[in-house]
Amino acid sequence: MPFTRYAEVGRIVLVNYGPESGKIATIVDIVDQNKCLIDGPESGVARQVIPFSRIALTDLTVKIQRNARAKTLKAAWAEAETATKWEATSWAKKLSMKKKRAALSDFDRFKVMVAKKQKSAIIAKKMEELSA
Amino acid sequence: MVAASGTSGKSPRYYPAEDVKAPKPSYKVKQNAAKVRKSITPGTVLILLAGRFRGSRVVCLKPLESGLLLVSGPYKINGVPIRRVSQAYVIATSTKVDVKGVDVSKFNDDYFSRANDPVKAEGEDEFFTGDAPKAAIVSDERKADQKAVDASLLKAVAAVPMMEGYLAAKFSLSENDRPHKMLF
Repeated sequence: MPFTRYAEVGRIVLVNYGPESGKIATIVDIVDQNKCLIDGPESGVARQVIPFSRIALTDLTVKIQRNARAKTLKAAWAEAETATKWEATSWAKKLSMKKKRAALSDFDRFKVMVAKKQKSAIIAKKMEELSA
Repeated sequence: MVAASGTSGKSPRYYPAEDVKAPKPSYKVKQNAAKVRKSITPGTVLILLAGRFRGSRVVCLKPLESGLLLVSGPYKINGVPIRRVSQAYVIATSTKVDVKGVDVSKFNDDYFSRANDPVKAEGEDEFFTGDAPKAAIVSDERKADQKAVDASLLKAVAAVPMMEGYLAAKFSLSENDRPHKMLF
C-alpha cells in the first residue's frame, strides 16, 4: 500500500502540544524539513510556524493554494465541510470521549457505574437465553 | 501650684492623687471566625475520609461556629447520624442537594458537648472484665431530632434522581483511579 498521508499544503493537522493543543488547523506552507506554517481561522488556531513534532497529520485535506489567506481558508473549510468530517472520525470521537471522562464528577461516575451494571445484566440475560 | 522645675528631666504637671496601676494589655489570643472552604455550602455532598464512617457520602447541613461541619447521612440511607465532621477530613463534591427546607437552627457546638452525655457508672470489676463493645446510649432527644431533620432531608434527596443510591454507596479507590486527576 502506498503512502498517502503527506504533509502538504492543505493537509488538516491536529495540534498536539502547546497552548493550541487539541485543535485542528491546515498546513498553509512548508518552511523547511522540520517546520510548517499552519492556520485555523475556524478552529481558533492563530497563523503560526510550528514544528512537525508538535502536530499530527490527519487523513483530511482541503483544496487551497500555498499561502492562502484566512478568508480563502475559511471558504475552503466550509466547502469541504471539514469541521463535520473531523467530528465524524473515530479519532475525534475518542478525543472527545477522553475529555468527557476526565470531567466527570463523583456523582457522574456513580451513574456510569450503575449504567454499566445494567448493560451487563441485559447482556448476561440474553446470553443465558441463547445458550439454553 | 508651682510647676516643677525642669532641672530633673520631665516631671509631669499633673499626676493622680493615688497611685493607680494602669491595666496591662491583654495577651489573650483573638480567635478569628472559622474559615470554611468555598466548595462547602449547605447541601453539598461530602465524602468522609476518616473516622467511623470513612467512605460514606453524606449531606452537609451547615457550618458550625467552631469550624466543624454539621452533617447527616441521612441516617436511613447510610447510617450516618447528625454529626459534626472536620473539613480537613472531607472531600467536597460538586454535587448539591437543595436543603433550604431543612431546619437546623437548633444545632450548635453545645448540642454535641460531652458534658450532656449521661454519665456511665463503671465499677472496678467492670473496668477489668468489661471489654466487649457496649451499644452506644443514644438519647431520645437525639433520635427525635434525627427523625425531624431527616424527614425534610429525605424529601430533598428523593427530588434528585439516583441520589439515594449514590448516598448509600461507599466511596473507594480502585486500580486505575488517579485521585489527583479526578474531579469531584
